[in-house]
Amino acid sequence: MVIKLIGILIIVVGFLLRVDTLLTVLTAGVITGLISGMDIMSILNTMGKAFVDNRSMSLFVLTLPAIALAEKHGLREQAARLIGSIKAATAGKVMAIYLVLRTIIAGLGLRLGGHPQFIRPLIAPMAEGAIKARYGIDQLPEDLYEEVMGYSASSENYGNFYGQNIFIAASGLLLIQGVFKEAGIAVDLLVMSRYAIPIGIIAVIYGVIQYLYFDRKVERKMKEVNKNA
Amino acid sequence: MLKLLNLEYMYFLTGLLLIMVSIYTCMDKKNPARYTTALFWTLFGLTFMAPIIHLPNSLVGIFLIIMAVLSGGKLVKIGSHKEPSTEEKNRETDKWGNRLFIPILIIPVVTFGVAQFTKLGALVGLALASIVAIIVAVIMFKESFSNTMEESRRLVDSVSTAATLPQLLAALGAVFNAAGVGTVVAGLISAVIPVNIALATLIAYFLGMSIFTIIMGNAFAAFAVITTGIGIPLVINMHGADPAILGVLGMLAGYCGTLVTPMAANFNIVPVALLNMKDTFGVIKKQAPVAVLMWISILIFGYIVLF
Repeated sequence: MVIKLIGILIIVVGFLLRVDTLLTVLTAGVITGLISGMDIMSILNTMGKAFVDNRSMSLFVLTLPAIALAEKHGLREQAARLIGSIKAATAGKVMAIYLVLRTIIAGLGLRLGGHPQFIRPLIAPMAEGAIKARYGIDQLPEDLYEEVMGYSASSENYGNFYGQNIFIAASGLLLIQGVFKEAGIAVDLLVMSRYAIPIGIIAVIYGVIQYLYFDRKVERKMKEVNKNA
Repeated sequence: MLKLLNLEYMYFLTGLLLIMVSIYTCMDKKNPARYTTALFWTLFGLTFMAPIIHLPNSLVGIFLIIMAVLSGGKLVKIGSHKEPSTEEKNRETDKWGNRLFIPILIIPVVTFGVAQFTKLGALVGLALASIVAIIVAVIMFKESFSNTMEESRRLVDSVSTAATLPQLLAALGAVFNAAGVGTVVAGLISAVIPVNIALATLIAYFLGMSIFTIIMGNAFAAFAVITTGIGIPLVINMHGADPAILGVLGMLAGYCGTLVTPMAANFNIVPVALLNMKDTFGVIKKQAPVAVLMWISILIFGYIVLF
């Protein structure tokens, strides 16, 4: 019986060894089917049917042309300008404001965000700049630099992860619906999105607390540095 | 008219878009793998049309094998794209300003409106929203059909073959169901935890989601396995938990795992390099306390609303 779990093992090993994801998942499916006594035709049938039944998960492809045209005319640059115009006195406040914005953006199902697009060019330097300006220093101590960067990166992840399933046609929700459908259970997208809202709010609260606490830590640390200097 | 609002036609349109993008990929002489890349997106496009063009399921299964081999053989590549200069981009941004958000904001607004106020559902809503957004964008920016397709090709290239992963994972889930993998997992778990206690099964499910996500770096991959193995047999069937609520909370518990795993390199390791940090685990260390708190909060919230 336990041999049926070989598919799970294949996935784990494939992911760990960084084998191509699609190839890993497909191999896991075929091998699991064969070992459990399915013939190759019925495996192809099962996988093909489920793939077609779950096209909803990839319906977002239809949103790409409109996004692509807006990007061509400067969508990302305009978003960057808006974020760049945030006025915040401390590093933590920069991150907190971005976290709130990012959660809302994700909750609207918009494909706008990312570490290369917003954290590296905007949020991280703004947070760093806020500390430099506030304490009149040219360079952050190394451990503090690491902390500012780490927290800046986290604001993108918190907002993206806990905000995305608030959108009723989020690919995460569609995957949930698809998996349950394969098991003969119907679930409602609106219900799922509604229950994602409180979790999104909790995530924002924790993130904001973490960032404001970091501000106080910076304050203490810089006082010490100034005293010693 | 209402008949045209059938989801099948929306899928057909999506398939058509992917095939058009493939044609433009074929014409992109600078893409070193243009024909195999085009083949990948054409096959994907055809699966969208399957019921309308009477494609048998087994043939779709063969398509999946070809797609996986193309992807595994690194034969699906990003094509060449016209990148406007910074001055050009700045001029465009100055010209349009916040109006740039109009086409993309149409998508959530129309989707939600259709889902909430009509009987068509969220998916038809998303499709209609996309169509309206495309029309508005084309008129607003006065773009040609071929420019629209070229730009779509750029975005399709950038979402890459990973775009098909959720669907492939659902297909894996179907094989797991047919093979009875869930029953085996449920049997193993039942031997270890007191399954007659609802809270114990909920903890097992959320923990399973997080641990599998940590190992694989991908909550989507964990979801099919853990939900068919623990969620459905133990939490839903034995203790009557609401599947929709359990599913979304399980997925979110999985994301707590994503926050602390180096396997999710895009989210946790790539930023370390981008931000010139020294500590490879610098981002993960900052996220770990929030991940733990979120996990506990999801568990408490879940216990209250589910049982």
